[in-house]
Amino acid sequence: MEKTEIKLMKGNEAIAHAAVRYGCDGYFGYPITPQSEILETLENLQPWDTTGMVVLQAESEVASINMVYGGAATGKAVMTSSSSPGISLMQEGISYIAAGELPCLIVNVMRGGPGLGTIHPSQADYFQAVKGGGHGDYHLIVLAPATVQEMADFVGLGFDLAFKYRTPAMILADGIVGQMMEKVVLPPFRKRRTEEEIATQCPWAVTGNPANRKPNVMTTLELDSEIMEVNNERFQATYRLIEQNAVRYEEYFTDDAEYLIVAFGSVARICLKAIEEAREKGIRIGLLRPITLWPFPTDRLEQLSKTIKGTLVVELNAGQMIEDVRLATHDRVPTYHFGRLGGIVPDPKEVYDAFISHFPQ
Amino acid sequence: MKEEIIMAGFGGQGVLSMGKILAYAALNNDMEVTWMPSYGPEQRGGTANVTVILSDGRISSPVLSSYDTAVILNQQSLDKFESRVKPGGTLIYDPYGIHRKPTRTDINVIEVKAMEESFNMSNAKTYNMIVLGALLGVKPMVPLETVMSTLKKVIPERHHDLLDLNREALTRGIALTQ
Amino acid sequence: MTPEDIKQPENLVCTKPRLLNDTHMHYCGGCSHGVVHRLVAEVLDEMNQADNVIGIAPVGCAVFAYKYIDIDWIEAAHGRAPAVATAASRLNPSRLVFTYQGDGDLAAIGTAETIHAANRGENITIIFINNAIYGMTGGQMAPTTLEGMRTSTTPYGRRVDLNGYPLTITPILASLPGTCYVTRQAVHTPAAVAKTKRALRQAFENTLAKKGTSVVEIVGTCNSGWKMSPEKANNGMVDNMFAAYPPGDLKTPQD
Repeated sequence: MEKTEIKLMKGNEAIAHAAVRYGCDGYFGYPITPQSEILETLENLQPWDTTGMVVLQAESEVASINMVYGGAATGKAVMTSSSSPGISLMQEGISYIAAGELPCLIVNVMRGGPGLGTIHPSQADYFQAVKGGGHGDYHLIVLAPATVQEMADFVGLGFDLAFKYRTPAMILADGIVGQMMEKVVLPPFRKRRTEEEIATQCPWAVTGNPANRKPNVMTTLELDSEIMEVNNERFQATYRLIEQNAVRYEEYFTDDAEYLIVAFGSVARICLKAIEEAREKGIRIGLLRPITLWPFPTDRLEQLSKTIKGTLVVELNAGQMIEDVRLATHDRVPTYHFGRLGGIVPDPKEVYDAFISHFPQ
Repeated sequence: MKEEIIMAGFGGQGVLSMGKILAYAALNNDMEVTWMPSYGPEQRGGTANVTVILSDGRISSPVLSSYDTAVILNQQSLDKFESRVKPGGTLIYDPYGIHRKPTRTDINVIEVKAMEESFNMSNAKTYNMIVLGALLGVKPMVPLETVMSTLKKVIPERHHDLLDLNREALTRGIALTQ
Repeated sequence: MTPEDIKQPENLVCTKPRLLNDTHMHYCGGCSHGVVHRLVAEVLDEMNQADNVIGIAPVGCAVFAYKYIDIDWIEAAHGRAPAVATAASRLNPSRLVFTYQGDGDLAAIGTAETIHAANRGENITIIFINNAIYGMTGGQMAPTTLEGMRTSTTPYGRRVDLNGYPLTITPILASLPGTCYVTRQAVHTPAAVAKTKRALRQAFENTLAKKGTSVVEIVGTCNSGWKMSPEKANNGMVDNMFAAYPPGDLKTPQD
């Protein structure tokens, strides 16, 4: 048996290694802090010599996402990564990819905005990620990693879900989990899919070889509104399927919880430490960490809301996920928000103090 | 065992790489670790700090309110982090360039003249290994030999002639605290 | 004698290219696009590339190119065809990948993608239809609209003080080491059509031989947008467009 390889690396580096090991066919990206290590690590690994993976530094995020569109249209497993302003630039392309029902992986290592903002950690792109982001009715499957291990694991998970449902997947990380180093067990190497496998598994793929089929055309244009409505209904049916089957979350201390903190990504870990300290004082707080931000763990939150006294939602933004929490709990219990803005990360004591200010003990 | 450490100083003093070597060594000692840097332009000359957490069990928050141990290498960092050492915790600082010394009495304050020692070694690049040695002298979290085998792994082979110099710096750092 | 009697192979003087299907084209009578589509279909078939080609369609009048030529196509966002082609080509290196773009797509909204794809020397062919106007959206100014030329957004004629100069992008592309072949052609006479066909074949051959980026600019007419009869449009093109965009090779492949 192969010895388990434990490495110490940054979340950004873990994503690059995991992509090569997954059998990713192509990465296209443009440098931006705090995620440039993804492109740097890939260029350093030179996977074109080993797995045959294509790595290209594009001229812009606009070009990057359209390269992803082009690559995905040919049935390849392709990805890009960026940080908040760059992801904004990509939104048109992401809408095309969703409308083309194409699988791909997009990584957003969020930084503080709006505008050029800061380079420090943020979760202020929650709305953009979970509500679609670009024009039209669509969703991305949004995965929120909290550890370097999850940064690595969600590459494979993201690609698998994207291909299963033929829809783009996004890893929505933040500067903390991108820049932090932790232990990570990298996934085993998988072979990239062959041309034959792509032709069989993705009969829609524009492979350039229609010898044994009708030509394939990847287009998102449909001037006949009757047909376009049918297309939209098909997209929505897929989204309902994803909502039924792809929800993931993690919970701590919810068995006896009187209160609930809801937080995602690295912030959930900060909250967990605050909760551990609160529990030492006998305050029974539980933690729900949505792993998929879309689809959101609505049902589980609704269940929990029947047994708790109140909820605190902690985010590195001015209050975004709290809207989905309130929709899930129907405002059955008081729900408050605590957030730091512009790249500031609260420490566990601030979270604890915010909890006490809303729920005096 | 769990050790929550902040290391802070000027960019260029090797604060981040010192933390990285400690984290690697702890990893090689089968511990859980997180290494969370301040990142961005401050790496180019402003203050730099890194939070290193070593633990036998799962690590929750990589961001901390208070620390078991602070390793402080300039005045700004001392001003910022002295109050955040847990009561009974440890503050190791280099007095070089410090004009307002630590005042707390509920923590162990240890002065380590690492900069002076690096002058004695006539090699400024040994500075962060002297400091790391001092930290290990006060808190033997990982054995010296594990740090040395870690250095052997992370330093490119063409620079392995520097291993002896690093060992000497670590040893001198330990000696400063004995 | 009935029409069926006449439709005999021995009487055939011209056939529709195999790859051009029976879909009714939306192009206006007199438009250059139909001719170029036919040439692309002919050349691909003659080169036996029907099962080895990926076309990238633009946004603009040729947006529906994929409806007329029976090969695998990807319809790109406006201006992004060279980026889409870059990935399609790099991830499928044995395929012949080409883009088919108009002047707005290639030289306005997609200038960055065009120049950078050519500068990287992507193994693609760029077919560039330059008719100096936005046909699809109803006759607005293009980057290549001539000085003084009337469009719906330059109703008194293009003024360089207001709108800048016509962009001659093909010579810029020829100056880049990544391009191997840059030529400017037209399709207004049978001789010109024959030359354009040879140019397309040359470009596709370069792409298959991985020589770098090939660019075939085709100066075309838009008689609807120009508000002229097809014949007048052809003459107007020769009189006015050729002065700014003279046909000929700007760069030929070095062997």
